[in-house]
Amino acid sequence: MNGWRDRLALDLRAARARAFVRVVGTLREPQGVLLDAVFPNLGMCAYVLLYRGLGAPRSFETLAVIGGIMTTFWLNVLWGMGAQLFWEKQSGQLQLFFAAPCSRMAILAGMAVGGLVGTTLRSLVGVALGVWVFHVRFASFSPGVLIAVFLATMAALYALGMMLASLFLLYGREAWHTCNALTDPVFMLSGLYFPIRTLGSVGAFAAGLLPLALGVDALRQVLMGPAAHGLFPVRYELAGLCALAVLLLVLARLSLEHLERLSKREGRLTQRWQ
Amino acid sequence: MPSPVPGSAPAVETRALRRVFRASRGAGEVIALDGVDLRIERGEVFGLLGPNGAGKTTCIKILNTLLFPTSGEARVAGFDVMRDSREIRRRIGLVSGGESSGYGSLTVRECLWLFSQFYGVPGAIAWPRIDELIAVVELGEQARTRINRLSTGQRQRMNFARGFVSDPEIMFLDEPTLGMDVNAARRLREFVLDWVRARAGRTVLLTTHYMAEADQMCDRVAIIDRGRVLACDTPAALRRSVQGGQHVELEVRAPDGGVLDEVEGVRMAWGAPHPERGTLTLKFLLPEERVLGDVLRALAGRGVAVQGVSTRETSLEDAFIRIVGHGLDDEGPRA
Repeated sequence: MNGWRDRLALDLRAARARAFVRVVGTLREPQGVLLDAVFPNLGMCAYVLLYRGLGAPRSFETLAVIGGIMTTFWLNVLWGMGAQLFWEKQSGQLQLFFAAPCSRMAILAGMAVGGLVGTTLRSLVGVALGVWVFHVRFASFSPGVLIAVFLATMAALYALGMMLASLFLLYGREAWHTCNALTDPVFMLSGLYFPIRTLGSVGAFAAGLLPLALGVDALRQVLMGPAAHGLFPVRYELAGLCALAVLLLVLARLSLEHLERLSKREGRLTQRWQ
Repeated sequence: MPSPVPGSAPAVETRALRRVFRASRGAGEVIALDGVDLRIERGEVFGLLGPNGAGKTTCIKILNTLLFPTSGEARVAGFDVMRDSREIRRRIGLVSGGESSGYGSLTVRECLWLFSQFYGVPGAIAWPRIDELIAVVELGEQARTRINRLSTGQRQRMNFARGFVSDPEIMFLDEPTLGMDVNAARRLREFVLDWVRARAGRTVLLTTHYMAEADQMCDRVAIIDRGRVLACDTPAALRRSVQGGQHVELEVRAPDGGVLDEVEGVRMAWGAPHPERGTLTLKFLLPEERVLGDVLRALAGRGVAVQGVSTRETSLEDAFIRIVGHGLDDEGPRA
């Protein structure tokens, strides 16, 4: 069991098992739909109604609906990925992960895949609201490009979550404070409910470094065409998302290795009372 | 590259193992392990016995590759804990008493499967083993119950089963029966003994607070205190090392615990107060040449009311006290 194939098989098993926990959690805890899908989408509804009340172009409503759907994913990345190792530590399981032979990246990847699947199911609430309640309009689009942009966005977003998981544990005494602190600035910079271009050149540049902002902008461009007031051409944003996904995965791995080394050296971090 | 593993490599071997923790707020250093030498052969049930803070859990963490030693060497199954952590992790299991594991939305079976996957156990092997372990820990009725609906004791038993799902070569049991009810603890002790004897080469390193547990289960016991191994032998040999007298336990009503200090020929006396009864239990070793009646008369002469007397065979606890200088629950030797 020393070859790379055996190691890969072990890591795939571990990732699948950890993803299973997330998916099962989604299906067995229906109240999560209320917390993770319905409530976040109420913000989206408010923006749609605001734009409608102001008589803004219908494209603004579509823009807010896409942003609202992506909010569901961002909240999952922040609370379900970023804070996860902290919760694992609190529940006493982190040291069991560290004592297992599978790679810790496999466990994080499993969390990401499971979170993505579960959140995609929950995000259907936003899609249903947009399509059936607000009757938002989409331009004609290529499903292939939409899928590519969505997957690249999710890869970058969940890679960010994997990196945050270690960083929160390293630098955050209480994960929920960090999550709370990050929620609104990212909402603002990602232009979830308005065209990112409105932030001006400096704001748009800062937003371009965030996978959520790039992903939202690219998805809007695919689904809305020129009405999206996009930042950069979709192909550049797609390339940027892919590059961010790779970079963030590397950083996630490095921060996880640093976390493990520090935990072994200092004798803390994996213990719930430390 | 992992080191080559000769088939005869001991299960665990440490040399001059030392671990120092930095105390919080610049309060100096805490020496958790101070030059520990251990050699645990394959097939042994080996006990690490010591009071709180003796260094038992630190030792287990180092051997489980969860902690670096400050200096010295530790090898598990022939592999170095610093360099070959992945090889070691494939071969070991860990159960910490009082810990819980799993996710509330999973059932007991699913949770055990989850952990079996972290060790790469194929489903065809994992599921029958999981069902077997569920029967061992007597959670058959709860097998399909979600973990968040289990009682604390049931979760502890599930946690115990979790450690065995990978069928490790070397099992580390860190206070595994802590907080369990007496019957469950007894059954799990029997299971561990059966498990280790069922296949050649399986090894258990057990840390425990419970003398009887160590006495019953362990082939050999290392007594550890303040980071140092003070003695290491079979329980019988450790008991023999303190023979040469009668172990006496008196329950007395006395002004203080120092009443035995002045009784001629009494060795190794210490006392535990019982505030609820207003009495003191005095334990001491009466040398063979002394007669218990003389001690009782001497105590009566000092106005000490003796309310109960019992004598017994030498136990592992006696050996522990002799070696460490105090009992497991005592802070230190009586002044």
